[in-house]
Amino acid sequence: MNHWIIAPVILPAMLAPFIVLAMRHDLGLQRIFSTLGTAALVAISAGLLVMSHGNPPETYFLGNWDAPFGIVLVLDKLAATMVLLTAVLALMVQLYAIGSGWDARGKHFHALFQFQLMGVCGAFLTGDAFNLFVFFEVLLIASYGLMIHGGGGARLKAGVQYVAYNLLGSTLFLFALATIYATTGTLNMADLAVKAGQLAAEDAALLRVGAVLLLLVFAVKGALVPLQFWLPATYALAPGPVAALFAIMTKVGAYAVIRFYTLIFPDGATSTGMLYSELLMPAALVTLALGAVGVLGASGLARQVAFAGIASMGTLFIAVAAFTPQGIAAALYYAVHSTIATALLFLVVDLVRARRDSDTLDSTLPRFGQSGLLAALFFGGAIAMAGMPPLSGFLGKLLVMDATRGDQMALIWGVILVSSLLIVVGFARAGSTVFWKCHAVSEPAEPQSRPDLLAFAMVFAMLAALVGLTLAAGPLMGWFDTVAEELFARSPYIDSVLAPREE
Amino acid sequence: MSLALIAALPFLGALLPGLLIRSGRTACAMVTGSVTALALLGILLHAPAVLRGEVIQTRIEWLPALGLNANFFLDGLGLLFTGLILGIGLLIILYARFYLSSKDPMGQFYSYLMLFQGAMVGIVLSDNILLLLIFWELTSLSSFLLIGYWKHLPEGRQGARMALAVTGAGGLAMIGGMLILGNIVGSYDLTVILTQKEAIQASEWYLPALILILLGCFTKSAQFPFHFWLPHAMAAPTPVSAYLHSATMVKAGLFLMARMWPVLAGTPEWFYLVATAGLITMVLGAVIGVFKDDLKALLAFSTVSHLGLITMLLGFGTKAAATVAVFHILNHATFKAALFMSAGIVDHEAHTRDIKRLGGLRKLMPVTFAIVCIAALSMAGIPPLNGFLSKELMLTEAVETPWAGNAWILPALATIGALFSVAYSFRLIAHVFLGPVRDDYPHKPHDPGFGMWAAPAFLALLVVLIGLMPMTFAGDLVRATASAVIGEPAYVNIYHWHGFVPALFLSLLAVGGGLVVLGLHPRLEAGWNAVPRPEAKAIFDGLVEPFARLSRRVTDWLHDGRIAGYFAIATVAIVAAGYYAWSSTTAGVVTRDLTPIAPVAAVGWLLLMGCTGALFFIHRSRLVTLVVLGVVGLMVSVGFAYLSAPDLALTQISVEVATIILLLLALNFLPKADAEKITAGRGFRDLVVAGAAGLGAGALVYALMMRDFFFPTISDFHLANSYIGGGGTNVVNVILVDFRGYDTFGEIIVLGIAGLLIYALAEALLRGGPANDRLLSWVPDQKRAGDRHPLMLVIATRVMLPVALLVAVFIFLRGHNMPGGGFISGLVAAIALVMQYMASGYGWTAARQRVDYHAMIGWGVTIAALCGVGSWLAGRPFLTSAFGYVHPPVIEKFEIATAAIFDLGVFLTVVGAVMLALASLSRFAVRAGETVNTAPFDIRPDQSPASVAKEGH
Repeated sequence: MNHWIIAPVILPAMLAPFIVLAMRHDLGLQRIFSTLGTAALVAISAGLLVMSHGNPPETYFLGNWDAPFGIVLVLDKLAATMVLLTAVLALMVQLYAIGSGWDARGKHFHALFQFQLMGVCGAFLTGDAFNLFVFFEVLLIASYGLMIHGGGGARLKAGVQYVAYNLLGSTLFLFALATIYATTGTLNMADLAVKAGQLAAEDAALLRVGAVLLLLVFAVKGALVPLQFWLPATYALAPGPVAALFAIMTKVGAYAVIRFYTLIFPDGATSTGMLYSELLMPAALVTLALGAVGVLGASGLARQVAFAGIASMGTLFIAVAAFTPQGIAAALYYAVHSTIATALLFLVVDLVRARRDSDTLDSTLPRFGQSGLLAALFFGGAIAMAGMPPLSGFLGKLLVMDATRGDQMALIWGVILVSSLLIVVGFARAGSTVFWKCHAVSEPAEPQSRPDLLAFAMVFAMLAALVGLTLAAGPLMGWFDTVAEELFARSPYIDSVLAPREE
Repeated sequence: MSLALIAALPFLGALLPGLLIRSGRTACAMVTGSVTALALLGILLHAPAVLRGEVIQTRIEWLPALGLNANFFLDGLGLLFTGLILGIGLLIILYARFYLSSKDPMGQFYSYLMLFQGAMVGIVLSDNILLLLIFWELTSLSSFLLIGYWKHLPEGRQGARMALAVTGAGGLAMIGGMLILGNIVGSYDLTVILTQKEAIQASEWYLPALILILLGCFTKSAQFPFHFWLPHAMAAPTPVSAYLHSATMVKAGLFLMARMWPVLAGTPEWFYLVATAGLITMVLGAVIGVFKDDLKALLAFSTVSHLGLITMLLGFGTKAAATVAVFHILNHATFKAALFMSAGIVDHEAHTRDIKRLGGLRKLMPVTFAIVCIAALSMAGIPPLNGFLSKELMLTEAVETPWAGNAWILPALATIGALFSVAYSFRLIAHVFLGPVRDDYPHKPHDPGFGMWAAPAFLALLVVLIGLMPMTFAGDLVRATASAVIGEPAYVNIYHWHGFVPALFLSLLAVGGGLVVLGLHPRLEAGWNAVPRPEAKAIFDGLVEPFARLSRRVTDWLHDGRIAGYFAIATVAIVAAGYYAWSSTTAGVVTRDLTPIAPVAAVGWLLLMGCTGALFFIHRSRLVTLVVLGVVGLMVSVGFAYLSAPDLALTQISVEVATIILLLLALNFLPKADAEKITAGRGFRDLVVAGAAGLGAGALVYALMMRDFFFPTISDFHLANSYIGGGGTNVVNVILVDFRGYDTFGEIIVLGIAGLLIYALAEALLRGGPANDRLLSWVPDQKRAGDRHPLMLVIATRVMLPVALLVAVFIFLRGHNMPGGGFISGLVAAIALVMQYMASGYGWTAARQRVDYHAMIGWGVTIAALCGVGSWLAGRPFLTSAFGYVHPPVIEKFEIATAAIFDLGVFLTVVGAVMLALASLSRFAVRAGETVNTAPFDIRPDQSPASVAKEGH
């Protein structure tokens, strides 16, 4: 029994109440403990990743009940990858929040932050469909708390919409789970996989309804058109570091799609038919197009990045919708890239907003401190986000295009490439307005008394991460290939959960 | 030197200038130049081998899964281009040192320049088309930075964006083309692709690939109809124009066409696409160039024209023509870069580049005049300069090539192009340098220092040398390059006198005609200006701006911030997707009969339906809505009880009470009615959407309930093992704290977070801002009760408190075996406490109950987690329960289970969360001016009301 598997959930779950109990009046202590906790999470998840390498999925039977009767956690390569990504992103975002002073602008930032991590990690690790719902709730309520951190009218309004829209998703999740349970009599994902495989096609309509409803639930999380409406305002109005952390939240949706549709509802199975690629591919293409149009038409920097985020989810889902090991591997590479790139841009925008007092693109405001440096960072982030070389976005895009060869190639590639162009033009317009046009208006502003070094360091760290992602693309793709292989093999996962345990 | 290192050197070098600018401008330029020189040296060391016909290769694995590898190779074509890029780069660095003013950030300039240089070197050395694509797009990005270098100039910013949009778009098209090409061949390595001519040209994907790749080439090399961005890119500083827009970047497209020539050329598609575009571009660029008054614009259009010429030659698809193209690439680079730099010198010295304001500079700037003369004459194709040689060869090829069966159209148009080329070249000399010295220059011009004219002078020297002795100075290079382009050893023999051949007469015609055009220039110009012409920038802006505006309108219209619309769309999507899934197959046979409808159930059903339906009419009044929701909640509880689920019924009813109370308290400070008016149309839309969703949900539930499970369910196991394995006879509770205790753990955390969140939210709202202002000026909108704390209520709740708490304890303890448990018990306790607050007031109650609710939540979660972690000590997984039975004297035997500790955590969290929410709400009341009572009642029988009120403050 390897207790480390549950550590990414238990560590933040115990750290957060400890922060509330013992240090809620001392921000300094909160910062130290919360950062140490997140750093430990990075170390633990790195260890878990190493553990998952070369091994079959490992299981953790909560309450010592056998599957499928209790809840089981499963650490496979996919889960380990996502948890590590979460931890690394969280550490950088947290240090940024400390460096920029965002965590001091409201109550309970660090407690909510840890709870959020618990929710995300729990969602990645669970092998139980209902438990996934529970962790969706945890991460939703914690993210709502983080989103409205610091207050302000517009932010609170967007927060209400965010939570309301996602509660719609939660309700739908319950409908989906009820439907699936009422057909299969189980909630354990491995067991579901077995049962779904045994269901005859002519009995499968209800299961398919459940599966499609689930897909929609995950689409809400993953901001897939037409369920993306909550995202732009939420991300644009959330505090910068929170928006950056939310880059992983859309990936939770993508993760869940990948997990459920490789394990339980594989394309072409008798019980599920081809529903997912039929629904997912068009939606993904529209998502990408809508995101790209949004980037071109955005009225503010943060909103623009939010739409770029939607576009990147579109690209990601295009790769997923290919439903091949190659497609999933490409999707994973793209997911890692898009998480960091989105976070990077949100942080840059946050730094700009802190100096320019506005992120609107319509008017010309005077020059602000460190505008040259920020312009360079924005340029780097925009390149990554738009999928231009030399950063990982370009490789990701090539991988996705390579994985979608075939009959629909012309359509898919066309959408990807035209969207890229719109995004490039959109970012170029925005960047030249914000960073260049101000030179025509005024002399350099007084440099800020002290640039927030820690905040800048984290932005650079993210940029470095993208460079690393680019340079190490070969070995990384090697890893993602094994991840995808394990997913498509299915039996390692199912066996590790359902095989009789020796005590 | 490894090719990878050569390609990397400029990138590494890009880091230096930004830093070394602190050591001074000269140091900065020297270091930058040294890096370029080092790379050039690396190439030159390979030159002998390449000229012998060898191909140098470097291979590094990068992303083998995709077929993207950092493979480089150097052949003749690569040698010519790296030589141009690095050689002219070196000259540009020298020139820019003197050109840029002290106000310009020179470090930044050199950094950008080196980035660009690296990208260019990368393109021409790549042996992998994906790698080539990376460098290709990098040139677009770095040139964006270079064109926009003078950030304060609107032309710079717009030119930069236009160049990026056009070349970026071409680059993206090329990605598609290259991927198709790789798909056909099965490899992305150029050295492999170049051997697959038959496979590529036979493929049905040949034409799409060709068009996409040509889009990339044409946009980059400013070929018609994408030529318009290049003149606008001239807003860049002159060194950039000289480097990017004459010698290197715009030749990237030519390079790629030359590179792909062996596999793409030779088909009719290639001929008509490439040769035609080149021909049109050549003539068009030359004609427009004659009428440009801005020196750089004139040169820009002449560049467009010459690029067209080279494109046309490549398009012919013959080996001889390709060889000529290669030769002209070299020649054009030498004379055009020299001309651009000279134009920069004129601009720098005279402070204008407007030809109309210049003239007579011959005497004032003799050195510059000499350089321009040589270069411009070469551009005009005057013997014996190098431009003459390649132009003659071009005309020869044009004469020999029929276009759509027509033998004269190519030579005629080529001659017209050459004619106008002569005209603008002569105009450059005549109108800028000849004529009388003027006295109205914006600035008195004179020759610059040596540093500034050294670079163009060197290029002019090359023009002369290649012109005089072509075989000595360029023969080997052209042969090696041409061999690389056509894929077999090329025959190169360049000489001046070909005899009295058609090309000679065409050439003479061009020179003569050019002189005539120059002579008639004022009259022609008047005519030219009178004719309306499509303005490229206006068209481009006319396309981009409305599209951007449309994008904004569409985006903002879709995401208008009205959640009702969002919900409507989501609901439609859900219903449609659900129906789609349902209709894709059948759902199996109905296995259950409809149970008879009991009267009680029917009444409950009617109540539920009635309340839900009533919402449609009364939802504007929030208070009444809440009441109706309360009814719905109670009916659900009753339903649970009716269906023999007492635990759920208990939970539901206590949740219902707690939430309704909290909602009422919150609503106190909110508007009581929803004022938004909706149109009848939208109301109908919402009705249809909501109705469809409701009917869909009902249909789904009906379909589920009419069928048995297809498989045995896991609840059988829970029923069988609840007592044996979980130590409890109440299966629901055992599921909650044991089988699925981890879910409960998550859910109490949700509850705890909600408590913290409400607290943080209250904190944020009360910190100042509109919400706070509204509270401060709060006037109650409902009638107040005369007595805030009625005596009867106070007494009753106090009597109730111990009873209620005892009930809570009872429910808690029996939970494991009978309906109850920590969750329900927590809610019961919380409601009892809430009642105290309501009856006696927050201040009075809080003073008597010094429990910190933050801590309660913290402890609750911690205890639950510790209970789970405790099982690690026994070597069991998280939340493994243990239980045993004790037989104390006097009382009956009872069970001790670790699950009870977990349940205690649940209890504490529930109480803490509810109470923290209440505490936060009471802060609003205080802010709204509610007095804090210290006495249990406002009206005391033993005192007059006045004194109580005073005490209250």
